[in-house]
Amino acid sequence: MTAYNTTELMICLAARSLEDGSTVVVGTGAPCAAAMLAQRVSAPGLMIMFEAGGVGAKLPTMPISVGDSRTFHLGLYAGSMAEIMEACSRGMVDYAFLGGAQIDPYGNLNSTVIGDHDRPKTRLPGSGGANDLASLCWRTMMIMPQDARRFVPRVDFVTTPGYLTGRGARERAGLPPGTGPHKVVTDLCVIGFDEETCRMRVERTHPGVTREAIAAATGFELIWPDDVPVSEAPTDDELRILRDEVDPYRYIIGRA
Amino acid sequence: MDTTERGSGMLFADPDPDAARAWFRTKSRRLESKVTTVRDAVRELVADGSYLGVGGFGTNRIPTSLLHEIVRQGRTRLGVAGHTSTHDFQILAAGGCIDRCDVAYAVGLEARGLSKVGRRLFETGALQVTEWTNAALAWRYRAAAMGIPFIPARVMLGTDTLAKSAAVVINCPYTGIPLVALPALYPDVALIHVHRADAYGNCQIDGITVADEELARAAKRVIITCERLVHTDEIRAHPDRTRIPWYLVDAVIEVPFGGYPGNVAGEYFSDETHLQAWMAADIDDASITAFVDRHIRATADFGEYLALCGGLARLQALRAEELMSIPVHEGTRP
Repeated sequence: MTAYNTTELMICLAARSLEDGSTVVVGTGAPCAAAMLAQRVSAPGLMIMFEAGGVGAKLPTMPISVGDSRTFHLGLYAGSMAEIMEACSRGMVDYAFLGGAQIDPYGNLNSTVIGDHDRPKTRLPGSGGANDLASLCWRTMMIMPQDARRFVPRVDFVTTPGYLTGRGARERAGLPPGTGPHKVVTDLCVIGFDEETCRMRVERTHPGVTREAIAAATGFELIWPDDVPVSEAPTDDELRILRDEVDPYRYIIGRA
Repeated sequence: MDTTERGSGMLFADPDPDAARAWFRTKSRRLESKVTTVRDAVRELVADGSYLGVGGFGTNRIPTSLLHEIVRQGRTRLGVAGHTSTHDFQILAAGGCIDRCDVAYAVGLEARGLSKVGRRLFETGALQVTEWTNAALAWRYRAAAMGIPFIPARVMLGTDTLAKSAAVVINCPYTGIPLVALPALYPDVALIHVHRADAYGNCQIDGITVADEELARAAKRVIITCERLVHTDEIRAHPDRTRIPWYLVDAVIEVPFGGYPGNVAGEYFSDETHLQAWMAADIDDASITAFVDRHIRATADFGEYLALCGGLARLQALRAEELMSIPVHEGTRP
């Protein structure tokens, strides 16, 4: 079995949860790599969309920007941001696939500020399309490394909606019913969301990762079902395709 | 309609459609040449305090020559729609040109990193900031393009992004569901780089249009730079390809490689080396000011900037990267 790093593991596990024939809007970096890998391994009919307007490209290599020319290279449609966002709003996009700086137990994401909004300690880029995609796509997938600074009881700023304050809160706010966070893939485990409370629930731990290590890397209580299976490690085939075809220049996987 | 919640952010542009109609009524619809120079277009159409909308997507099909000229002419107190803005925002921030921002995405440079100078504008309170999202700003342009004061949508709801926006939550008069009312955004000036335009301002764009069709219809004035100025017969041969028609446009300038150091689809890829040089300089005010002095203020025009960055040889290499280093079958499985 080939050795792998945690970024490769996150990308491989995230890729496995994207179904063939579904539509996904991806951000640059790990989310895009996961979608490209899924397309080549388990979901050849996965339709990748980029918020700037590119749809169904034969991605020759990892885009640097979600609006660069690779995002519609040999694509089916070179549209507009409004068209992509409106497809999401119509209910035609299954997955939003995002990264994030800070996340809370309900899957609310912060990518705007650390500290007070008006005089922030650190200004981050802002929502971009993340709020839109997580508001409108059916399921929101997230990839992010797990530590107690990122997994916090309350985010400094809710840039992008998860389940907000719990069950029913999205619908009360006016977000489309039936939408919300689906999975968070971290470097330690795969997390889902409890149906009753809408709080994070551990679904799988990564090989060799203990419950204690996960608890120590989380700033709040995670729900632990009685039986938590261990994720299957990346296969040789997944790793080969990820390294040779998806990210040959190691822009993403080389950084781990 | 009931108002249930209102963001605390400032509205930087008047959403009144009748004020906009009075303006648009005065715009020429004649077929007349609008060909000018970058210098004259910026001098005549961009004033201190103007609110700008920038086309493209951060480092993709951005109107770099116009952004540089704004810095060169020392425009100040500009407002900007931080709509998918990355290097475009970095230029205006480094040039000391802006004092307010409707932000969906600024400061960030996507996978490349962050602009420290842009970031400091937010952290020191030098900017007035109102939060939005990418879709919200695209739809705000669309509302303006439609000549209506707001457009309802289902984003931002329930979040701090809404709380720090200037949006209002209303109840739908038909279904009763909560909706965000996004105010029309009429920028004073749109700056857009396209592949081809004729002298009247009929524009063709290859590939994704991002939000440029909406932006061109929303802005009071539109400045177009194009890779190539073409005869109107070329426009008339393919009228379906006109993304921005002439009656929206105030100025047309041919600027080959006008999206450099960004990517222009089918023309040239982004110059990652030069963008890294920007990032390396973008660490403190002194360093970025020296960089901007050398690359923008000390160059007479965009042509001199291109020469400074490696000239034709470099541009041809980027052209090769865009056109040939992406073999059709590499990395794709049937």
